[in-house]
Amino acid sequence: MDEFLLFSLPPLLIAALAAIACALPGNFLLLSRRAMLGDAMSHVVLPGIVAAFLLTGSASGAVMGAGALAAAAASALLIEAVTRRSGMEPGAAMAVVFTAMFALGVVLLETTGTAGVHLDVEHALYGNLESLIWLGGPPPELLRLALVAAGLALALRLVWRPLTLATFDPVFAQTQGVPVALLRAGLTGATALAAVAAFQAVGSILTIAMLICPAAAARLLTRSLPAQLAVSLGLAIGAAVLGTVLAGYAPLWLGLPFTLSAAGMIATVSGLMLATAALIASHRAPGTL
Amino acid sequence: MAKDMAGKWAQQSGAACALRVQGLTLRYQDVLALDNASACFPTGAMTAIIGPNGAGKSTFLKSVLGLEQGEGTVSAFGSPVAAAMARIAYVPQRAAVDWSFPVRVIDVVLMGCYRQTGLLGRITAQTSARAMAALERVGMQAFARRQIGALSGGQQQRVFLARALAQGADLFLLDEPFAGVDAATEAAIIDVLKSLRDTGATIIAVHHDLSTVATYFDRVLLLNRRTIAEGPVATTFTPAALAQAYGPALGGVPLLRSAP
Repeated sequence: MDEFLLFSLPPLLIAALAAIACALPGNFLLLSRRAMLGDAMSHVVLPGIVAAFLLTGSASGAVMGAGALAAAAASALLIEAVTRRSGMEPGAAMAVVFTAMFALGVVLLETTGTAGVHLDVEHALYGNLESLIWLGGPPPELLRLALVAAGLALALRLVWRPLTLATFDPVFAQTQGVPVALLRAGLTGATALAAVAAFQAVGSILTIAMLICPAAAARLLTRSLPAQLAVSLGLAIGAAVLGTVLAGYAPLWLGLPFTLSAAGMIATVSGLMLATAALIASHRAPGTL
Repeated sequence: MAKDMAGKWAQQSGAACALRVQGLTLRYQDVLALDNASACFPTGAMTAIIGPNGAGKSTFLKSVLGLEQGEGTVSAFGSPVAAAMARIAYVPQRAAVDWSFPVRVIDVVLMGCYRQTGLLGRITAQTSARAMAALERVGMQAFARRQIGALSGGQQQRVFLARALAQGADLFLLDEPFAGVDAATEAAIIDVLKSLRDTGATIIAVHHDLSTVATYFDRVLLLNRRTIAEGPVATTFTPAALAQAYGPALGGVPLLRSAP
C-alpha cells in the first residue's frame, strides 16, 4: 500500500474525527456558558487512566478508556454536588474539582513509579497522533472515534429542538415539559465521552482546543445555530487536516530536518482560526449574516 | 389569616379561581422568601402582584409553576398545576436569557409551540402560521427573520409575549412585563393583555409601577412574603394596605401618582 495511506491518512482521519466529536458538544457548552467543562473533562481523566493501569496492570486502550470515563463521570457528579451544596458558581466548582483530580493523577503517577516506565505524561498532554499508523489493520482509535463521532451526531439530531430550547431559556423550557436537568446531564456525558475518546489519540491539551476553539470561532462568524454548528465542524476538520499536514511537511518545505507535533500544530491552527474570526467579527456590522 | 382572605373573595364573588394558591412557603437556606402566602386569581380577571423589592413576587410566580420547590398547595383550573401546564403560559423576566444567542425572532416564538411539535415533529405550515399570528398580535411580524440580538428591550419583551401567545394558553403569568420597555411597547402589551382578558383568559403580572395599577388591572395582590391584601383595585389598592405592604413611607396618597 501507498506510504500515504499507511502512515499519513490514519492520523489525519483520527484528528478530523476527534475534532468532529469534540465540536458537537462544544457548541452547546459554549452557548450554555459551560465552556470550562471541556477543560475540566480533559484534565480529570488522568487519575482514571493511572488508577485503571494500577488496578489491572494493562495499558490497553480499552482499559484506560474505561478508567478515564469512570473518572469523568465521578468528576461530573462531584461538580454538580459542589455546585448544589455550596451554592458556588459552576465555573468555580469545576476549577476546584478538575485541579484536585489532575493533582491526584500526578500524585498517583509519581508515587507508584508509573511515570516514565509504563505511562508517558507527555503523551497524556500532547497525544501520540503520529504513532497511530496502519499496522496490519487500522489503529483502534480510528474505529473508536468514528463510533463516538457518529453516536454524538445522531444524539444531537434527536434532541436538537429541546436542547436548543433548554440552552436558550432553561426556566421557560421547564414550563414546556422539556427535561432540562436530563439534557444538562446528557451534555456533560457527551462532553466526557468526546473528551475521553479524543484524549487517547490527541492528548488533553488538543482536546480542550478542539472542544472550544471551532465553536467559539463559529459563534463569532454566524448568527444562527445551524450555521454556527456547520461552520464549527468545517473549522474543526480544517484545523485537523491543516495542522497534521503542516506538522509533517512544513519543516521539510523549509529544509529543516525534523517534524513538529501534530497535536501542537492543530491546536496552533485552531487558535489562529479563532483569532482571525475575532478580527473579522470586530469589523462586521452587528446583526448581519 | 391569608387563607381566610382568599376564601372570602371566592365566596363573595362566586367566581372560580383559575389559579388558587394556599399556604405557599419557601425558604432559601435561612431566608424565608414566602411565608404562608395564599391567593385566588379569578378566571377572566387581570391581577397585578405588587409589593416592595424582595417581597418574593418573582419567587411567588416561580413557585406556582413548580420552578422553585415550595411547600403549599397550588391548583390551576381545579387540578394540580403540573397537570395544567399546557394551559399556562409563563413570560419570564427579559433579563433571564442571553439575547446574543444565535436564534431568530421566529425561532423564539416557535419555542412556544414545543408542546405541539414535540421532540421530533416537523414544524408544519400550521405551526409556522400560528407563530406568525402571535408575532403580528404584538406588532413584530416585520422582525420575524431578524436576529434577537438586534432587538431593543421593548421589542425583546414583545417577542417574549408572542412566544407565550403561541402556546395557546388561557392563564398567563408575567414577570415584570413592563420593566425597561418603551411607552409604545407598554401600550402594545397592555392592549394584548386586555384583549386576552376580554376573551376569557386570566392574566397575572408582577408589576412595579403603582401609578398604572388602577388603569391596567382589575385586581391586586399585595405581597410582602405573605399576602397583605387581595381583591378588586377599587377596594384593595388603598393607602392603608400599601402602607402595610411597603411601610409607612409609601402610604401617602401623593406617592400613588408617581412611579416608585
